Amino acid sequence: MSRLRERFERLRAGRRKALVAYLCVGDPSLDESVALAQAAVRAGADVLELGVPFSDPVADGPVIARAAERALAAGATLPGVLEVARRLRAETDVPLVLFTYANPLLVRTLPRVVAAAREASIDALLVVDLPTEAAGELRLLAAQAGIDVVPLIAPTSTEARARAALSVATGFAYYVSVTGITGSATAPLEAASREAARLSAEHGVPVVVGFGVDSPDKARRAAGPAEGGADGVVVGTAIVKAIEGARSPAEAERAVFDLVKGLRDALDAP
Amino acid sequence: MTTLPGSFGAYGGRYVAETLMFALDELEAGARDILRTDEFQRTLGGLLRDYVGRPTALTPAPRLARALDPDGHTLGEVWLKREDLCHTGAHKINNALGQVLLAKRMGKTRVIAETGAGQHGVATATAAALLDLPCEVFMGALDVERQAPNVARMRLLGARVVPVETGSRTLKDAMNEALRDWVTNVASTAYCVGSAAGPHPYPTLVAELQRVIGDEARAQVMGATGALPDAVVACVGGGSNAIGIMRAFLDDDVSLYGVEAAGEGLSTERHAATLTRGRVGVLHGARSYVLCDDDGQIEEAHSISAGLDYPGVGPEHAHLKDTGRVTYLTATDREAVEAVDLVARRVGILVALETAHAFARVADVGRREAARRGRPASVLVCLSGRGDKDLGSIEAWRAAHGGGAR
Repeated sequence: MSRLRERFERLRAGRRKALVAYLCVGDPSLDESVALAQAAVRAGADVLELGVPFSDPVADGPVIARAAERALAAGATLPGVLEVARRLRAETDVPLVLFTYANPLLVRTLPRVVAAAREASIDALLVVDLPTEAAGELRLLAAQAGIDVVPLIAPTSTEARARAALSVATGFAYYVSVTGITGSATAPLEAASREAARLSAEHGVPVVVGFGVDSPDKARRAAGPAEGGADGVVVGTAIVKAIEGARSPAEAERAVFDLVKGLRDALDAP
Repeated sequence: MTTLPGSFGAYGGRYVAETLMFALDELEAGARDILRTDEFQRTLGGLLRDYVGRPTALTPAPRLARALDPDGHTLGEVWLKREDLCHTGAHKINNALGQVLLAKRMGKTRVIAETGAGQHGVATATAAALLDLPCEVFMGALDVERQAPNVARMRLLGARVVPVETGSRTLKDAMNEALRDWVTNVASTAYCVGSAAGPHPYPTLVAELQRVIGDEARAQVMGATGALPDAVVACVGGGSNAIGIMRAFLDDDVSLYGVEAAGEGLSTERHAATLTRGRVGVLHGARSYVLCDDDGQIEEAHSISAGLDYPGVGPEHAHLKDTGRVTYLTATDREAVEAVDLVARRVGILVALETAHAFARVADVGRREAARRGRPASVLVCLSGRGDKDLGSIEAWRAAHGGGAR
């Protein structure tokens, strides 16, 4: 059984919501990213999304776009991100999702990337700009390597598109709460939670809600009730912002720990 | 890679965030069900005639031909397809008017666009003013500086110009920001893409709206000479004027040449020769050639002409390169500046720096075609736009580099 599936089944059995934490790897450095990821896990993150910095992150808002610029300026590359995954795997069993844009994969060719991801103990791939119908080859290669491919579903997805995405989803699916970019301030989180729950129930795949979740209150609203809510929430921009605002590595680790801990407690509160 | 609908060979497709897929489906349906109706084509045709000033002239340029080939051994007639005579001064209006009219018919209440040199921004602002839609134009902050006259024009036309400060602060970053806006406002907003690039259906839509250039030119050259030209030359950034003129000749025995910007030279890192020096990748929603490093990070392009300063290229050009149907050449900044001078003095037309890249290779095209056909070749050049906007750029380039006639 895949690490992700196992994790989601365990959470379901305990009637708990998954907390997925996103990091822009390499911001401020690869070493720091390892420490920050470990802080997130210690604070209660169930799944880590390792963001591959990209020069043209069109789905991201200014906070993550700035982080990507900093990471690239500091020398981050896809092999560097995979090295971070390898180091994390030596320490923790938390599922690792490689969160990336298509071009860094395509220039290397997909078979090579999938092999490298497997070697680095990556559990799933999420390619923002590779919609379901363009991801056939990736899914095939990933399935052979035992790696899940996580699709995005948006409020603008038609029922047919959502069905197509969920029918091939492995691991989990990511429901984008808002028609917008990451870091959007006003996401209709309750509606997203209900929609995620409906899709999850109909298709038997865990569905988490992301975009616009930046506080304990919003995490609870996005997760929804224990019955009839989403399977979990994704927090990205808030974490990246906490790192951006810190004045030292120790302060960044503490800020990430406190943020994730606050979200964890909110999700676990009765 | 799976072949997607809307692809050109191995290129094109839709590589966008899921949120935009619905908007692209909607636009494709509009292009299929509205754009191609007689009523829409009549309305658009009327606007192109009465507002844009189509058909544009076809101008013979014998003094230019003799300047490039004094003995007349390789260059016969040189014909200029005068898109500079379009309202707003470039071919961009053909596409902008079509897309804004389509947006209106699709019930959109707001139009956005990206722009490099500012010509597409001006064209979209113009079409939006004519058709009464609010318009916002995203423009790299560097381009805002070097294309100040076009910024002023857009503002006069009632458009809001948004300077983009991210990345290289040029066209690619403007397109990133336009895509972000579109994702956020997708229900109300139409994104009027300026080049034959981007996700399906844009490359097809833009090519269809621009093919009026080639359809007119083909008939005009035939009418004037009784024969097709031997070669067609156009500059290629994203590639809309080039695909617009080339589509009419794809099935003919006419050699087709695209000219990319070599910037400070192909041996330097400062160029925008995506087809000549790039590799296959994904940028702005389509699979095509891109300028990127080994890690897949998009590289900054460089060209003196803001309109060619783009590290991507339309997917149809990628396909036409691979099949060999079109030959892609390059011209440097210096050659472009010199071509502006030459055309100004020999023909009395101040061409855009973008267009000047095409002129910079006309003599070479003549030699190639004459060698192939064993007689002086007739060459049709797409004069895609006028150069008034570039006076500042040319003066600045001369101050920094010297050279060019005065």
